[in-house]
Amino acid sequence: MKLGAMIRTGLVAAGLVASATTGAFAQSGDTIKVGILHSLSGTMAISETTLKDVMLMLIDQQNKKGGLLGKKLEAVVVDPASNWPLFAEKARELLQKDKVAAVFGCWTSVSRKSVLPVFEELNGILFYPVQYEGQESQKNVFYTGAAPNQQAIPAVDYLMSKDGGEVKRWVLAGTDYVYPRTTNKILEAYLLQKGVAKEDIMINYTPFGHSDWQSIVADIKKFGSAGKKTAVVSTINGDANVPFYKELGNQGIKAKDIPVVAFSVGEEELAGIDTKPLVGHLAAWNYFESVKNPANEQFIKDWQAFTKNPKRVTNDPMEAHYIGFNMWVAAVTKAGTTDPSKVIPAMIGVKAPNLTGGVSEMLPNHHITKPVLIGEIEANGQFDVVWKTPGLVPGAAWSPILDDSKNLVADWSPALNCGNYDNVAKKCIGSGK
Amino acid sequence: MSQKRLLAWLLPFLAIVAVAGSAFAADLGSLVTNLVTGGYSERDDAIKALATSGEARAAPILQALSAGDLYVRNSDKLVVIGKVSASGGSGKLALTDAVTGKDAGTAAEDDLDKVKVNNRLRGTIDAAMGSLTLMSPDPKVRRQAAESLFTRRDASALAALEPALAAEKDDSIKRSMIEARAAIVLTTPDTTPAQKLAAVAVVRDRGDRDAMAVLQAAAQSTNGEVKAAALAGAESVRNTLQAWTQAQNVWYGISLGSVLLLAAIGLAITFGTMGVINMAHGEMVMLGAYTTFVVQQALRSYAPGLNEISVIIALPLAFLVSGAVGVLIERTIIRFLYGRSLDTLLATWGLSLVLQQAVRSIFGPTNREVSSPSWMSGSFHVGQLDVTYGRLWIIVFALLVFAALLLLLRKTPLGLYMRAVTQNRPMAAAVGIRTPRVDALTFGLGSGIAGLAGVALSQIDNVSPNLGQGYIIDSFMVVVFGGVGNLFGTLVGATALGIVNKFLEPYAGAVLGKILVLVFIILFIQRRPRGLFALKGRSVE
Repeated sequence: MKLGAMIRTGLVAAGLVASATTGAFAQSGDTIKVGILHSLSGTMAISETTLKDVMLMLIDQQNKKGGLLGKKLEAVVVDPASNWPLFAEKARELLQKDKVAAVFGCWTSVSRKSVLPVFEELNGILFYPVQYEGQESQKNVFYTGAAPNQQAIPAVDYLMSKDGGEVKRWVLAGTDYVYPRTTNKILEAYLLQKGVAKEDIMINYTPFGHSDWQSIVADIKKFGSAGKKTAVVSTINGDANVPFYKELGNQGIKAKDIPVVAFSVGEEELAGIDTKPLVGHLAAWNYFESVKNPANEQFIKDWQAFTKNPKRVTNDPMEAHYIGFNMWVAAVTKAGTTDPSKVIPAMIGVKAPNLTGGVSEMLPNHHITKPVLIGEIEANGQFDVVWKTPGLVPGAAWSPILDDSKNLVADWSPALNCGNYDNVAKKCIGSGK
Repeated sequence: MSQKRLLAWLLPFLAIVAVAGSAFAADLGSLVTNLVTGGYSERDDAIKALATSGEARAAPILQALSAGDLYVRNSDKLVVIGKVSASGGSGKLALTDAVTGKDAGTAAEDDLDKVKVNNRLRGTIDAAMGSLTLMSPDPKVRRQAAESLFTRRDASALAALEPALAAEKDDSIKRSMIEARAAIVLTTPDTTPAQKLAAVAVVRDRGDRDAMAVLQAAAQSTNGEVKAAALAGAESVRNTLQAWTQAQNVWYGISLGSVLLLAAIGLAITFGTMGVINMAHGEMVMLGAYTTFVVQQALRSYAPGLNEISVIIALPLAFLVSGAVGVLIERTIIRFLYGRSLDTLLATWGLSLVLQQAVRSIFGPTNREVSSPSWMSGSFHVGQLDVTYGRLWIIVFALLVFAALLLLLRKTPLGLYMRAVTQNRPMAAAVGIRTPRVDALTFGLGSGIAGLAGVALSQIDNVSPNLGQGYIIDSFMVVVFGGVGNLFGTLVGATALGIVNKFLEPYAGAVLGKILVLVFIILFIQRRPRGLFALKGRSVE
């Protein structure tokens, strides 16, 4: 078994090397290179490998449509191996050695933070496709995932509404790192502002990959027995979700008693769990595979054909790359060049259809407009959309709820050209990190 | 044209007539139509209307709605209940007309429009089903009905409760119903204080978390004597629960300890008795978990009847797969590195990365679903303690593996050889033991047990290429803490670490709790470098 596996991996690796070299020699000079910076090994490979595949598909589709500016697109795939400093090294390699026109990549906030200085120094373009904590706007980065006001705040609003169950008591549970910590800080401030008492909020952090949830789930149960409707807002990330949901199911916490709304659980994550005990638990995203419209159906069909797997699911960050890539194509076409100093200003105001039936627009703060959807987990591992914002929500780089960012705006249009302009002091604070 | 206009004029009137019809006559057809049209609020009302209509079909329809089996047929807008049927062919649902209960043929899911429910509607249905099924002949259903009435506390159910209570024969169900009635009395504003005081006593005697929720809610909505009684009741329930919390922490600690024991016991062999620092130990666990996945997939396609025992079938296979890989590693890598622990550490660490990436290439980077058999899902109560079956079986399994290993080492020739070789290699060789073969078998045994642990862990954790990484540090911690080379040390070490961890978690949080345990072990090793149960005598080199 092991030997066979090794031979197979060896062959795959050899094939990759061969195809990479022939690709580079055959087409260098008359192609536009697109960098893909997603971990293909290590802990984050579980989520990021899919994004690499979806980028390859989008590039392939664009080439079939005749490429861009009369040239073919060429994907340059690197593997930063879930290693944050390696992200910066690989980003430098993509921009300096491969001279890529744009990079699509990163998942965790820490990997994004580690590549920011590189993109700033070498004036590259990064498309970041994952929902994140906000509080950032950088000239060279386009944030196609959700900012907190496009995911966390609407989800809490929904739970407070009559349809959501008029929740009065809140558990904010998250993995211990920057995204959950910042998101929970914003949520806590928001809940206090809405009149929720301090003792009705419980905040809990767990380490990455936490697998023994018995006592925390019991704590949640205990917290939920105070006679007020209770909900859990989960920013638990990655692998820790499966044992968490298994424990919820085993301890019999039903969605109609204590619903869990998750910000990091999508179709991919559910693929590893038996979802029958989880029916009714919620997730907030800007896209669900189950959304019915022709563009989405086409996308799913293309994706399953491209991966040769009729069961392969799609998810929100994939849609973000879809939007981001199409926006970049439109901006390059508009600018007539791939030169980042021309493309970055051209990006603002560019529109591209999203997969939920609307048209997203790149805003001057480098975030996009998106609809917010709340889905309930179904027995088949898909989400059933139970609520949706009436229109598209513009992404806010800086949260107006937190004291230290309420005066800040990001605006990269020529008039301001600043990532953190202080509205009260009337000045730009700095480089926007 | 004129006809169309006439129709347009008439439509509003028709609609009014229809609405009026449902309001007065409330015939089943229009009740069901209301169920599938309009927003969630209107449908919420429709559910209540249907539940109180007294129609016999109300219960099956609501049940189907709650389970997501209610559909509207696209072709004629008929409301139907769809069930997956064996005879209908693959992907086809067998339909029943929701209103009449008659067979309505079959249809593919694409030709049907599913009636959506959200948590709010599920809650309403639960409450409604509670009153509808109180008189069911099945005692299980009656008990469930009473329980759901207790948690839902729907005032309109009171009318259904009284006759059900009078007719009930089973004492424990009767008590559930009395508790449900008390809970409803406490939440209904127009009951008298005397009634409420009696209800507080009933709910207090129930003494669990749900009871506390009811009492606390009552304390918020009432005042005067009732409020004081509710608060006192909640306090007494809290005190009982407090005692149970300690029991619960011990239980969770034992459960965590059993998982640590399973993960570490293989390492206790390879590291503890052979002295090989095997960083690829976690990957042996992962291989065991993936073996379970492969077995389940194979059974699903070739022998679906055996799915319930797939985990048991996977056990010997996982042992063989991981054990064989272990023997292979020992023969090809580790035997050249005996006595060079730093080199072994680096080589096995590299190997663990190779194995992870190999699994990632073959099975893909995403989690694989390993389903739990029904005898391993769910939970039962011991007093106020929730015991989940999955965890219980894992504890039993860990102890069985431990006992089997102990027997093997103490009572079999192989065990004798193993102990002889690890204690004094030259002497063992001199009396004719083939030491290289024993080395390979010992390493294979340790790896095989890791494979067994993988089968158990596939039930509670992710089956992903990273599965092993999460356990390797903990395993080393347990073995070092318990005493290298001592199986009982591993048992005690795992249980102790598990319980300490679970007692720290509520106070310090999961992150700090882990750090504290680590600091504790570092300090402990300073005092006793050989761990809890140090080997004494000649075997200590």
